[in-house]
Amino acid sequence: MAKVTIDGHMIEVPDGTTILQAARMIGGDVVPPAMCYYSKLKTSGGYCRTCLVKVTKGSEKDPRPMPKPVASCRTPVMDGMEVQNKTAPDLLEARAGVVEFLLINHPLDCPICDQAGECSLQDLAYEHGLSRTRYEFSRRTFQKIDIGEKIKLHMTRCILCYRCVKVAEQITDGRVHGVLNRGDVSEISTYISQAVDNDFSGNMIDVCPVGALTDRTFRFKSRVWNVNPVDAHRDCPTCSGRVMLWMKGAEVFRVTARKDEYAEVLDTPDGKPGWICNTCRFDKKETKDWIVDGPSKIDRHSVISQNHYVLQEPAHKPLLNAVQAVPTSWQLENKK
Amino acid sequence: MGKKLLLKDDHIAGIQSYDVYRKNGGYASVEKAVKTMTTEAVVEEVKKSGLRGRGGAGFPTGMKWSFLAKPPGIARYLVCNADESEPGTFKDRYLMERIPHLLIEGMITSSYALGANTSYIYIRGEYYYVARILEKAIDEAYANGWLGKNILGSEYSLDLYVQIGAGAYICGEETALLESLEGKRGNPRIKPPFPAVAGLYGCPTVVNNVETIAAVVPIVNDGGDEYAKIGIGKSTGTKLISASGHINKPGVYEIDLGVPVEEFIFSDKYCGGIRGGKKFKAVVAGGSSVPILPADLILKTAKGEPRLMSYESLADGGFATGTMLGSGGFIVMDEDTSIVKNLWNFTRFYHHESCGQCSPCREGTGWMEKILHRILDGHGTMSDIDLLWDIQGKIEGKTICPLGDAAAWPVAAAIRHFRSEFEEYIKNPKSIKDVKHYYRLNNLQSA
Repeated sequence: MAKVTIDGHMIEVPDGTTILQAARMIGGDVVPPAMCYYSKLKTSGGYCRTCLVKVTKGSEKDPRPMPKPVASCRTPVMDGMEVQNKTAPDLLEARAGVVEFLLINHPLDCPICDQAGECSLQDLAYEHGLSRTRYEFSRRTFQKIDIGEKIKLHMTRCILCYRCVKVAEQITDGRVHGVLNRGDVSEISTYISQAVDNDFSGNMIDVCPVGALTDRTFRFKSRVWNVNPVDAHRDCPTCSGRVMLWMKGAEVFRVTARKDEYAEVLDTPDGKPGWICNTCRFDKKETKDWIVDGPSKIDRHSVISQNHYVLQEPAHKPLLNAVQAVPTSWQLENKK
Repeated sequence: MGKKLLLKDDHIAGIQSYDVYRKNGGYASVEKAVKTMTTEAVVEEVKKSGLRGRGGAGFPTGMKWSFLAKPPGIARYLVCNADESEPGTFKDRYLMERIPHLLIEGMITSSYALGANTSYIYIRGEYYYVARILEKAIDEAYANGWLGKNILGSEYSLDLYVQIGAGAYICGEETALLESLEGKRGNPRIKPPFPAVAGLYGCPTVVNNVETIAAVVPIVNDGGDEYAKIGIGKSTGTKLISASGHINKPGVYEIDLGVPVEEFIFSDKYCGGIRGGKKFKAVVAGGSSVPILPADLILKTAKGEPRLMSYESLADGGFATGTMLGSGGFIVMDEDTSIVKNLWNFTRFYHHESCGQCSPCREGTGWMEKILHRILDGHGTMSDIDLLWDIQGKIEGKTICPLGDAAAWPVAAAIRHFRSEFEEYIKNPKSIKDVKHYYRLNNLQSA
């Protein structure tokens, strides 16, 4: 066991736990954001650098601070380690820098992006980003491609988190897509379009933190905040069959895996990650296919979820009051 | 000039061939190590010698070797990093081209010390002809019993392979090199675990630069103490310096660490002064990634002491007034050189070579290049300088591997020491075409 202090909160965690996992055990503000780390995927994390934290004391044995900020998702805790996340202003500035880097080549096409509303990058930008960009050059663009029958890849939006690559490696029976080229023109791609053909390939959509991989059966059907999430299950021979249905009235618009507060798939009761198969995801779009368990609990801190925005007193008088201030006689006159 | 250790046989005709090399005392270190020394004794000699990694970071080699995990029943590897791609550095190529057997000999002795039975030389893709030279040398070594099973009748066996890279600068980073050697995409790994614990194929691995491995030969032959007598302070031994730029005699020089920089640039034994009698403006002292220094700061430290060619002296004053010895790529610039253009060229290189794995380097290097390009195009604004400064600060230290730092440091140093030149370019775009004119215009002294 190792005792670690993050932003003044002390917790005792098993050896080998990463700083990020320890922070998630504490919960709340202490948790650094993570764009590429996915606890259900081995070797994920370390790429996006948003989860950087400052280690002010290495361990009880070696109390020297670490010279550089470290990726909390890939750094195991040491006994006596002291970590700063929200409490270090220089670190928050560094994180804002990372967010800026992630956004300079992002198209910022949220108004037409299917991921808007449940996008990790959107949340991250709201919390850590600048209100305007300092990047004045043309942004990198790619052609949209269909990497499988049901999956659309819009590489322009991708932040190269490698999560979908890890899904293909660890959940499906063979990876046919990967990263081509290098530097700022590297892209996720397949050599042959439509090549992704696997029963669990749909999980790539669920792990994608941005709108780079989207469900072709749901694209442009509805904004996510206009459909209601409902927990449901079915007896599926290939997967757990525990899903979230996104419904409008009695119509099922899309099916996804159930997710936790960090937008990762929830574990099934037997402790396995609740990945779902493509049959459940793409082909069972009728209410009769499912047994509904009840409304889903959405406790993500997404920009669309409730209580994220605090309603503020507007600086100017609202228009409504202005209308009321107009003499009644004038209103009556106009009505005529 | 001190005694040459690595390039002492450089002048001998036909030294590339095994027979000539052997006649001139070649492979003596293997004989000495395998027949008379234990593996620990060899490591001890290297520790005593104070040899530091010649690839750029300058980490003590003996210490690196002693960190190598030695779990029983698991193979250990020695990998030679011959992916020399830092702009301005060409010492390893020279060494491998001229005296290939020195590297092979060093590899055998070092592998023996580390207990590695399989070793690799990972060579840069552009050096394919050097790889042929090395392969020929390895064949000769096999034919004469220096490689293969039971070397010199001992228990020790070693197989040595040359692997050619595919032309990526990033594969000179040790973990990216190992990934590439394993046949994967050359992306740096996230550390820990370090290669000394889990490197090539998950086994304990030591990755050393060509020059480091070659230096093991004189260390074993003459003893670590003898080697440590050369040099100054913690910078022991000799170092190959690839001198290039506006000097009279560019080339590879073997110097004793501790030679004054002034002597190195102006002495006829080394660079022979600035070409065409021009004024001396600046130096990039250790390959493109180390901070550039203006003439006055490279010749003398901020405290006024003469600067020496050693790890400590060049780093004196930190990055504010100092630089690094790095890989020994010594680029000299005269008064006609545009620092902004030079910086753009370096930044373009790092943009092109970024692997794209982590975001600050992937996005930041391209952004810096575009801004510098804009300044050179005559469309820069004053705020661009601050923006560049801000971007480099947000890349440095935030990335997985040191490529991010390597891309950030030159930008920071150029702005730190030559800010007025950036401002001049922005104010007066025409001056871009004529740097000399700018100096005359402003009555500036470049050296």
